[in-house]
Order: sequence, then structure tokens, then C-alpha cells
Amino acid sequence: MIELSHVTKTFNVGRSSIFTAVEDVSLVIHSGRLTILKGPSGSGKTTLMTLIGCMARPTSGRIWLRGFDQSYTGDLGTPEEVETSGLPERFLTEIRRRTFGFIFQQFNLVRGITVLENVMLPAYPSGESHGAFRRRALELLEMFDISRHAASRVDWLSGGEMQRVAIARALINDPGIIIADEPTAHLDTKLSREFMEIIGSFKSSGKTILIASHDPIVFESPLADTVVEMRDGRITGTAGIP
Amino acid sequence: MRQSTLFLTFTAMNILLFSLLMLHARTKPAGALAIQSSCAELVKELLLTDLCLFTEARYTRNPAMADLHSPFQDHPLSLEHFPSGSLVMPPAVIRRGYEPSR
Amino acid sequence: MNRLANRYRNILDFALSSLFRRKGKNLSLLAIYTLIVFALASLMLFVSAMKREAAVILKGAPSMVVQKMAVGRHDLIPLRYAAEIGAIRGVGEVMPRLWGYYYDSLIGANYTFMVSASLADYPEDIIIGNGIARLRNLAEGDIMPFNAPDKSPILFNVRRVMSHESELAAADLILISEKGFRTLFNFPTGYATDLALTISNPKEVAIIAAKIADRFPDTRPIPRSEILRTYDSIFDWRGGMMIVMLSSAVFSFIIFAWDKATGLSAEERKEIGILKSIGWETSDVLLLKFWEGVVISLSAFLMGVIIAYCHVFFFSASLFEHALKGWAVLYPRFRLVPAIDPYELAILFFLTVVPYTTSTIIPSWRAATADPDTAMRS
Repeated sequence: MIELSHVTKTFNVGRSSIFTAVEDVSLVIHSGRLTILKGPSGSGKTTLMTLIGCMARPTSGRIWLRGFDQSYTGDLGTPEEVETSGLPERFLTEIRRRTFGFIFQQFNLVRGITVLENVMLPAYPSGESHGAFRRRALELLEMFDISRHAASRVDWLSGGEMQRVAIARALINDPGIIIADEPTAHLDTKLSREFMEIIGSFKSSGKTILIASHDPIVFESPLADTVVEMRDGRITGTAGIP
Repeated sequence: MRQSTLFLTFTAMNILLFSLLMLHARTKPAGALAIQSSCAELVKELLLTDLCLFTEARYTRNPAMADLHSPFQDHPLSLEHFPSGSLVMPPAVIRRGYEPSR
Repeated sequence: MNRLANRYRNILDFALSSLFRRKGKNLSLLAIYTLIVFALASLMLFVSAMKREAAVILKGAPSMVVQKMAVGRHDLIPLRYAAEIGAIRGVGEVMPRLWGYYYDSLIGANYTFMVSASLADYPEDIIIGNGIARLRNLAEGDIMPFNAPDKSPILFNVRRVMSHESELAAADLILISEKGFRTLFNFPTGYATDLALTISNPKEVAIIAAKIADRFPDTRPIPRSEILRTYDSIFDWRGGMMIVMLSSAVFSFIIFAWDKATGLSAEERKEIGILKSIGWETSDVLLLKFWEGVVISLSAFLMGVIIAYCHVFFFSASLFEHALKGWAVLYPRFRLVPAIDPYELAILFFLTVVPYTTSTIIPSWRAATADPDTAMRS
């Protein structure tokens, strides 16, 4: 699980444009469950997810990762628990790459290269053999029914197809935690429901999922275990399993 | 085929070619050597002092024998008439002659 | 170790696919860069080889040549100087040289006439250089007319044509007997063009030169070391055309590097942001940029040098022929003995690869070190 304790993130410290995106958030995200962050834009959902996902460090407060396979961090303390808020960038990136898979609101696919290469990209710096992650990528494309686009440029795909590429990419390093930011923003109802089905299958395979969304198809889904409401950087309510 | 494979093969071939040429340089081809020895013999026999590289002007045909003023032709400010004159430096003897006496 | 190799290779894959995305631009960049390396490398190789050639060929030049000067110009030397110079201790033989230039107005070429003892018994014959034979389409047995100073024509018989291997030293030479020479040029008796000396002990050369200059202040003794040194600086970088070529090349390198160094486009910045957000570290991004730079510059270097080598040593630097020929009509045919200066090659390598690669990496530094969370927001 992921535990946050009094986490605050302030931008532009020391300048007149100082701005607190996340204020005094304490939260527990249980493994194997689907947690939704609900709230209007500007409520700090995205920032909170970047902090959880080891993309940025909190200004104050602490974040722990517990119970995940971190065999590489032998010298960082007990293998079961890591405090990510205090790690240097080198280790943070390693954890991020192995533990988290991100699905961005704008998909953030690299234009001009093929679907297959986009999916393989996160694995390039890992030192794994090309053949191994290529096989995995092809399997993922198969899983999401976009194998026929493997050699196509991502620019030529439809919105729904691009999202599936983004999902496949998030899974290439077989992460334990999936984080998605407004995944259904560019999808119609049918595709949104299909997306939730895919999320369901992740959950069944034991993955932990964190989604930020103000789409009812997402936060009213029966799959959601916990819904955390946010406003102006603070948590204003929690529903479901605390 | 992976792109990196293509590139690395291409580079390896280039390096191989490069090394072969360096080896070629060491072995000194016979044709060029024949030219060298033929010219060297003539130099000894005829008491030559220069290569016949530039036949444009007397001070570029025999740069080692050039006198003080021929590089300056008609007028000290006149532009170089002969392209090879801009390739050939005046011989050291002359350049020293133009250095201020101490 | 394997992981490291994999990481390098995988990132190289992406660097290549990035370069291929703008195939036209990058291919023409590579072509132009290769061209510049080719020009510089050709120049370098040609100059080194030519200098070496001169040093070897002229090793047997006379130990010293004594010229007479008058009014700052090269004047004919009286033969009576020869006896006195010969008497100086250390001087072996004194051989008067008779030579001069002849301008052939028919084709606009300059020839060098030289008196050779081998033709002493054949006053009507000449031996011509292979370059002249090529130019005028002459062979053994042909007749060649020349104009005496009073414009009256004099005919000579071509006894022999010199070998084509000797062109580098004798392409424009015409060997003639002393009688023929004096007749053709109305050359005064009792004089020679200059005197060639043999001095067996090289250490005595400077002393002898001083003695000659002292005894005959109107002469200029030219030791062999000076002759050789002339060719050492023959294509000196300070010479006119060389400066033009070298500075064009340097400017081109600067322009290339500048184009890279003046920052990233918004698209490139975004792409780096994406890479960081999917788990690439700063060092991975920098490695990517390193590969992008190396792929182009290393390929340009290798191809440029290979083509330059072939150009200079298999095709006798034919592209330089026009520049070297200038206004001349006669240009020798030759093949150079390969001579490579590894020091110069190393400098060229650094000049080619380092600035370009550096200016590919540095502008990306900022974007590469930025926090990945900015990608989440875009």
C-alpha cells in the first residue's frame, strides 16, 4: 500500500507567484484496489498523483511504499518499505519505472514513431534485452486488440486506439501500480465503458489502480473501492473503504 | 532488422575500410615508389633543386631559387598574378632577409 | 556489463529512429558534413604526402647552390668565381649549372631548359620531359622549333622523351647541349646561371657559406637545408588559398554546431518531457542526444576520410588540379606515396566529432534535467 502523511506541495516558493497545489494530505491507498480521486480541475488531483508516482517530491510530509517487490533496493532499508519522499533521483527513477505505469490525460505518445516503439520506449533504459521487451510489447498489443497497428505511426490512430496504446505502454514494465489522469476525457461513452472493463481486468490480476477523474462513468463504477474527494488541494471527503 | 544493428554494421564496415587504407599506406604501393625513385635519380643526375609542380611563374617553378623581388613582381602592392603564388611561401632565406636586423 | 551494453544499444535504436523521422534533413546534413571532412582531409593528406615526397626526392639535390645577385635580382654568375670557390677547404666539385625558362607562345606553356653533359656530343638534339611530349604530342624523332632572342627559328631534334614516372621532377624540362643552349639564348660565354657545389661534410656547410658570402658579397649561397625547408613550408597554412580553404571549413563547423546549439524546438522539449515522464532518467536523455550527435559526426568523419584517402592516393588529388595549375598549361602527372600523419588525423577527428556532439547535448541539458511532472500537466 501507499501511505501519505501530511503531504504538501508548494510551487514557486519564495516568489510572488507562490501557489500550494496540495495541502496537508494524509491518505492510504490499499494494494489491489481501485482508488478514485474526484474533484474539479485545479483541485490538486494531478499534483497528488505525481507525488505518489515518484515524479516529484513533496515540499513537506512523507510518502511510503509498502509491500511491493523492490528487490533492487536492498541497500535502502527493509525490502518491504521505502520512503520515496526522501530518495535521490537515481533510485526514485528506478522505482518509478518498475512500480508505476502512467496513463496521461493527453496520452503523451511520441509522434512520428510506430505504435510498437512507443510501447517499448519505457523499457529502453532498463538494460533489458531488446528481444525480451519486444515480445512483451507484442503480447500487450494483442491483449488490447491493436496488433494490426504495430507498425503504424501513432499519428494515424483514432482517439480510442491511441488510448489503448497509452495503456499498453503503461504496462510494458509490468508495474504493480497503475496511475491514470482523466483517462476518459477524450473518449465517448462506449469507449469509456470499455476502458473501465480493462481496469477491471487489471484489478483481477492484482494490480493497484489510482484514477483521477470527474467522469461519473469512472467514479460511479462498481469497481471503485475508494473515492477520495478533493477541493483546493485538500481532501474534503472519502467514500468506500477508508 | 534493428536500426542499431544496421548502424553498427555500417560503422564497423567503415572502420574496417579505414584500417585497410591505413595498412595500404604502410605498404607503400610500387607504382608510387617507382615515381619517387625515378625523380630522385634525375635530381642527382641533373643537379635539380625543385619539383616541377607549378609551371606558371619562375618563382613558383623554382621556389628554392627564387630571388628577393620576384614574389613582389612589378609593384609591392600588386595582387598576386599567379594562383600558385598564393600557395607557395617565399623561401626561408628570403623571409629572414626581410626580418628587421637586430 | 550486459545490461549496460543493452541500455546503450536500445537508446541508440531510439536515437536512430529520431534521426530517421526527419530523414531528408538529416541525410543532407550528413552529406554536407561528409563533404567538408572530405575537403579538409584531402587537403591534409595531400599536403603531408607532397611534403614527404619533396623531402625524399630532393634529398640528392646539390649540397649548395651559389647564385649571384645584382640589384636584388638573380644575375648570371661569372665562371671565374668557380675556381676560387673550388679552392675553399671542404668544397668538392664545383659544377656550373646552365638553365633558364622558355615561354612557348604557341600553347602558352613555360619550359625549363637545362644543359646536360650527356648531350655534349649532340648539339642538335634535345631530351624533353614527358609533360611536354603529352602536351605537344611529340615523340622520339620529332622536330621542335624554338625562337632565338632575335626571333629567328631554331630547330632541334627530339632524341628521347623522359619517362612518365619522372614528371614530378621533370615534366617541363628540356635537356640540351651547352652549345645549343648558348646559341638558343644568346647566352654570354664565361657565365653560368649558378654554381652547384658538392660538400662531403654537412657540418662544414655553414662555414663554407659564410666564407663564400664574405669573399663574394654579391653572391647568395643556398645550402641544401634551405632548399628542403622551402618545401616544408610549401603549403603553409598562412598562404593565401590555404587560409581561404581552412577558414571556410572552420566556419562550416561553427555553423553546424551553432544550428544545434541554439536551443531546442518546442516539439523537442515536449518529447524530452514525455521521455522523462515514462521513466527515462536525465542520463538516459543525455545519452540519447550523445548518440544523435555521434551517429552523424562519426559517420561523416569515417566516410570523409575514406573518400579523401582514395581521392588523394588513388586519383592523385585530381580535384585540386585546377587550383594547383593556376594559369599554367603544363601540369605534371604523378602518384603520391601514401604518408599519413596520425596526429593530424586525430585533430581532425576531434574537430569533427566533439563540437558537433557537444552542441547536440548541451541545449538539451535543461530539458533533460527538468522534473518529469511537467509532462503530466501539458
